[in-house]
Amino acid sequence: MTSAAEPAVERVPRVEMRDIRVAYGGVHAVDGVTIDLYPGEVVGLVGGNGAGKSTLVKALSGAHPPDSGQILMDGRPVTIGNPREAKALGIETIYQTLALAENVDAAANMFLGRELMTRFGSLDDSAMEDATRKVMKRLNPKFKRFKSPVAYLSGGQRQSVAIARAVHFNAHVLIMDEPTAALGPAETAQVTDLIAQLKSEGIGILLISHDIHDVFDLADRISVMLTGKLVGTVKKQDVSMDEVLAMIIMGKLLNEVTQKELAGLH
Amino acid sequence: MAEASTTAPDLVGEGGAREGGTRSLRSVVTATEIDFRLIGLFAALVIIWVTFHVMSDGTFLTPRNLWNLSVQTATVAIMATGMVLVIVSRNIDLSVGSMLGLIGVAIALIQAEILPPIIGFDNPLTWMIALGAGVALGAFLGAFQGFIVAYVGVPAFLVTLGGLLVWRGAAWALNSGQTVAPMDSTFQLLGGGARGSVGEIVSWIIGGLACLGILALLINNRRQRRKFGFPLRPTWVDAGLGVIGSVVVLGAIWVANSYFWPEGLARQYAADNGIEWPVGGLQIPTGIANPVLLAIGVAIVMTLIATRRRFGRYVFAIGGNPEAAELGGINTRWTILKAFMVMGVLVGIAAAVSTARLNAATSGLGTLSELYVIAAAVIGGTSLAGGIGTIPGAVLGALVMQSLQSGMVLIGVDAPLQDIVVGIVLVAAVALDTIYRRRLA
Repeated sequence: MTSAAEPAVERVPRVEMRDIRVAYGGVHAVDGVTIDLYPGEVVGLVGGNGAGKSTLVKALSGAHPPDSGQILMDGRPVTIGNPREAKALGIETIYQTLALAENVDAAANMFLGRELMTRFGSLDDSAMEDATRKVMKRLNPKFKRFKSPVAYLSGGQRQSVAIARAVHFNAHVLIMDEPTAALGPAETAQVTDLIAQLKSEGIGILLISHDIHDVFDLADRISVMLTGKLVGTVKKQDVSMDEVLAMIIMGKLLNEVTQKELAGLH
Repeated sequence: MAEASTTAPDLVGEGGAREGGTRSLRSVVTATEIDFRLIGLFAALVIIWVTFHVMSDGTFLTPRNLWNLSVQTATVAIMATGMVLVIVSRNIDLSVGSMLGLIGVAIALIQAEILPPIIGFDNPLTWMIALGAGVALGAFLGAFQGFIVAYVGVPAFLVTLGGLLVWRGAAWALNSGQTVAPMDSTFQLLGGGARGSVGEIVSWIIGGLACLGILALLINNRRQRRKFGFPLRPTWVDAGLGVIGSVVVLGAIWVANSYFWPEGLARQYAADNGIEWPVGGLQIPTGIANPVLLAIGVAIVMTLIATRRRFGRYVFAIGGNPEAAELGGINTRWTILKAFMVMGVLVGIAAAVSTARLNAATSGLGTLSELYVIAAAVIGGTSLAGGIGTIPGAVLGALVMQSLQSGMVLIGVDAPLQDIVVGIVLVAAVALDTIYRRRLA
């Protein structure tokens, strides 16, 4: 393991995924990958198209359980068979597709699967709208369209609904799959601020992105994947952007790559 | 969608509608927060009624005709409320007509042949056992089809197309195609008729309770909004909604109470109760028919299920985005199975009403009614693409369909032409709805 060198204190990772394997019809989408994530840390997961990033995090979010391998939370082995089980463990996911039900409003989406109920066993829509307004005040104060189906919202507004859903339920681990891909500069800055804030609250964040600049801005460590395998995990301050690019493209670690090859990237 | 959001990102207020032109009307409608299409449906109904009234030389808008219309609408309305949930979940149920036939024959056999040797004819328990058996059988058949759709993964269109054939065949096989009659005398009251109605006083009491209910809903809505500090609807809007709702309810009760028992029945009633036959005849107000009351009750319960329960919320979420629903932690398969089961229960209730009204069951009962049920749901604003639909809309849709049919019968339109008109109206209604929705997006 390349990432074991957390300094001095023996901390237990919030999440550890060991030797995860996922195959789709004979293709090893994820082939024996081991990564970990500490509380209050942002780990960037990078790699080209088809590197297996999304498949790896689907194993953690419960969307597609792994064929083999082990997942530990705070040192204890857990099984995650579906999204409900992941959420019960405090693992929240913001999907690249956002995974919103287009035909219902922001509050209904935020509480989807975890609705607030009244004493009489009916949906407490007012309480859910109230909670949504409060979360939105923090995440996106301009958000006003609480009664509209999310289909009628802009990209940024939809993104805030997806983020609100993930952060409202006291997540321990937050998986963000390309969180800024659909956003403009102002909205991206907003997400950046949010990540910093969530990090300071002790949440572990797994950030998937193919934008190397994003990852360098936000991540503490960077795990690089190539064709289903983990190339390596490095600390941000130990590497340059070029070196990470080399890992992404050539699948080689720092000490394996020559200056000539690095120069060839440009 | 993309256009609207780029031109006015955060500026559009709640409710969203912000277009030029018919702004004043729009803003009034928006203030009520009622679905614009529901109002359109009401308008269509009024136009249909007035047109037929004029064309039939004033016989359409009479208590007698409207009362009959309400009874004729009941079975389709009951089933349409369930069809809304099935269609919203991106499925379809083509089997409801055949299932109605099968359940009808089954519950007729129970009360005409199975129960009498055991507990005797006209036992007070008979109607309850028959109705309960019908509902249970419906739940079972619906759940069975739902299981194949949700857990085996066969498309609902195919599963219920199979059901359409199988249940109809089973209905025939159950009694070799022979008609089963007569029904238990208490059971018959489920079907309506003069005796199967609640009468004048109970009708007014129900009307009064309904008005109180409307008032309570409006007050509760305001209280909830105030409690959480959400924007309140203008007082005049709430007051107007209350008045309009109450007028419609009390008007309907008045119409039902203006329809009197047929003279033959009234004479018999007078003779049975030792009342001397008065000079002008005995006028006994009929009141709301039992099946209509049943349909209203079903519509209220189904509205609560669709809008106030987790199950309903999940059905809509699945219709909006099945993948998101699954990722959100919803047990989508179980939810879809339940939607089909609810549909089956409603078919069971409708089968009881149909057999009671006919006082017999034939294996052909309910033939083609799946089409009327689906049409009612769709005319009522349910999108076949899933995710969109309302229960009150489906009930209104059923009323529109039935009004068209009864009206054409009343003015003597030939049967083939009736079908042509109904078919055209169905397609036109959906076309209008599609255009409206596209403009909204």
